[in-house]
Amino acid sequence: MWAFILKRSGVMLLTALCLTFVVFFLTNLYPNLEKLAKTQGNMRMTDVQVENWLDTRGYTQPLLVRYGEWLGVVPSFRFTKDNGKVAGRCIKPGMDASVAPEYCGVLQGDFGMSSVFKEKVSVIVGKRLGLTGWLMLFVMIVMVPMALIIGVLAGMREGSKLDRGLSTFSIATTATPEYVSGVLFIVIFASSAVGLKWFKGSSASAMTEITFANFTLPVMTMAFYGMGYIARMTRASMAEVMTAQYIRTARLKGVSFPNIVMKHALRNALIAPFTVIMLQFPWLLTGVVIVETLFNYKGFGWVLVQAASNNDIELLLSCSVVAVFVVLVTQLISDIGYVFLNPRIRMS
Amino acid sequence: MNSLSAWEIILQIIVQFTPVWIALAVTLSASIYYKDRLGLYGHLFDSRVGTVGLILVLFWVFTAIFADAIVTHDALSQISGMKNKRPGTEVRLAAEGAYQYYLLGGDNLARDIFSRMIMGSRAVLIIAPAATAFAFMVGITLGLPAGFRGGKLDMNLSFLANLVLAFPVILLFFLLVTPEIRSTGVPIYLAAVLFLFPVIFFVVLFQSRFYTQPMKRNIYVGTTLVLGLWAYSGLAFNADPLNVFYMEPNLLNIFVSVVFVNSPTVYRIVRGLAMDIKTRDYVAAAETRGEGPWYIMLWEILPNARGPLIVDFCLRIGYTTILLGTLGFFGLGVSPESPDWGMTINEGRKLMSIYPHLAIPPALALMSLVLGLNLLADGLREQSLKD
Repeated sequence: MWAFILKRSGVMLLTALCLTFVVFFLTNLYPNLEKLAKTQGNMRMTDVQVENWLDTRGYTQPLLVRYGEWLGVVPSFRFTKDNGKVAGRCIKPGMDASVAPEYCGVLQGDFGMSSVFKEKVSVIVGKRLGLTGWLMLFVMIVMVPMALIIGVLAGMREGSKLDRGLSTFSIATTATPEYVSGVLFIVIFASSAVGLKWFKGSSASAMTEITFANFTLPVMTMAFYGMGYIARMTRASMAEVMTAQYIRTARLKGVSFPNIVMKHALRNALIAPFTVIMLQFPWLLTGVVIVETLFNYKGFGWVLVQAASNNDIELLLSCSVVAVFVVLVTQLISDIGYVFLNPRIRMS
Repeated sequence: MNSLSAWEIILQIIVQFTPVWIALAVTLSASIYYKDRLGLYGHLFDSRVGTVGLILVLFWVFTAIFADAIVTHDALSQISGMKNKRPGTEVRLAAEGAYQYYLLGGDNLARDIFSRMIMGSRAVLIIAPAATAFAFMVGITLGLPAGFRGGKLDMNLSFLANLVLAFPVILLFFLLVTPEIRSTGVPIYLAAVLFLFPVIFFVVLFQSRFYTQPMKRNIYVGTTLVLGLWAYSGLAFNADPLNVFYMEPNLLNIFVSVVFVNSPTVYRIVRGLAMDIKTRDYVAAAETRGEGPWYIMLWEILPNARGPLIVDFCLRIGYTTILLGTLGFFGLGVSPESPDWGMTINEGRKLMSIYPHLAIPPALALMSLVLGLNLLADGLREQSLKD
């Protein structure tokens, strides 16, 4: 078991390194750096000035060296200005160059500064992740039980009217991406012209206080799209279990149908959906970005959009670290959990 | 100024769609008449879900084909005084012979929403299936040997596929689909790699089958190479000498990103299927006959994996449609003027609480197309399992 986890963690680390390097490469392409120089310095900089701006900040070093700096395995760049002062990434304003640390990368816990928000990246990401955490929590609370109920009800009698109805419903939800259902929900429930005006179309106020009125629509929108897939997986798994020998035995013994479903079938039928639910997390990220944009809820997805559209390199890198980390950890958990839940599978 | 009532609007829209109804009726009645001879497609009509899905998909396919006849106004031109007007408003000072109404109202730039929705179907129905087909070519060409051979090749390719799969789609889009990235040539390099796969696929397909008949082989492989490399030069490098094959730089960017995102999933499916099918007796028989590995992969394993692949193809077109909408929603669409559904939704949502009619038509259009594809896939799965 431990060898398996160790090996998976190794692969995970390698994947994380590769992916962050790809993001690093894409955000540090020359046109992006040029844009950064112009937005940070002066819009009317000449090419020579841009070159100079990038040079004095260490942006013209080889890519691998700078990636190492960002990681914290290569001493960070320093530059002696004309007036004899030493400047560099590790030297914070007001700090003397001689006492500043040599390394300041992710490994040292320094994620850098955001060039748009003028704040420490770790602070921004931490705060926004907290807000998104609430959204995800409520989405999970709504989505998972509903999906499982639909899946179990549909799968327990395969081919029945109930099954057909619920299956069509789950197909319909998977065909409705967040930006469609969100728009429809806002028109139906929040529009001031024709709607029912039950909920608010904006969740900006939910950042300070979550209420039923301002948080229902984003949660509903996200849960709606993700639900269908889990429900379909649960249905398939349930339908398969219901044809198993031991279920037939139980029926022949005279166990009542509700009892069979609840006590005999359910536990085995829920193994497959567990994996699916864990693997849904990375999918939810796209949903988070859309829903937070749509409902003006300034969480992690909103920061990602801001960082990407302003080419805020260090913020974008940290966002991708978080995103990649979430994906890889959920993959690991789903693998380990699957083995724990399913005694038939033993590790090689 | 008189405007149409709700019933009149619905009636007018139904009338506008006349070419689609005729085409639908002809196709469906012919299909049902020859049902028994059409194989899996014919069996589709035995399942209600599949039939509904097929009708929805065909509806949009015919709408895209006959779009020029259906639209009431030019999708890009603005008519003054029609900004944000309600559905069914009469066009002010309509020219002689021009259509008198904005059936679904005007958008915030005074363009006809109905016509924009119709024209939007065209872009989606060309890009989504094409991108899916390319992703399948990449996935099949890499997945078959990975599943069939296994070993180091499988390990490395699977690591790469997992790498792309671990990448959050939305982040990848933000990084790949920006105007800045175009000037660095990254999309062109990606295109150069990804667009090569269809050519390789068909060359290997014909070579493995006909290498014992040089005459036939030369014709097939030669035609593929000439046509394939011609299209390749035009699409990937915009270097087509005759200017037949050409892609807008922005479109290429989007296309490549969508193919790139979809390929690893297809790869995983094909790999799994190949691993399963390679243990069958007919594969062993082919090996005993002395067939080469590529023949076995492309002419023994692939045809037997077609059921799940066709189902996934339908689902994946739907997923690609959603992805294209997502791109449009974030303003990364084909071009700012184009009547792309995702972009129209994004524009409409800003005024949603006052003018809900702006965003709803494209939203419902996108939803019904994807729903049709998903239902079609479900029907196909049901019928192919029966065989």
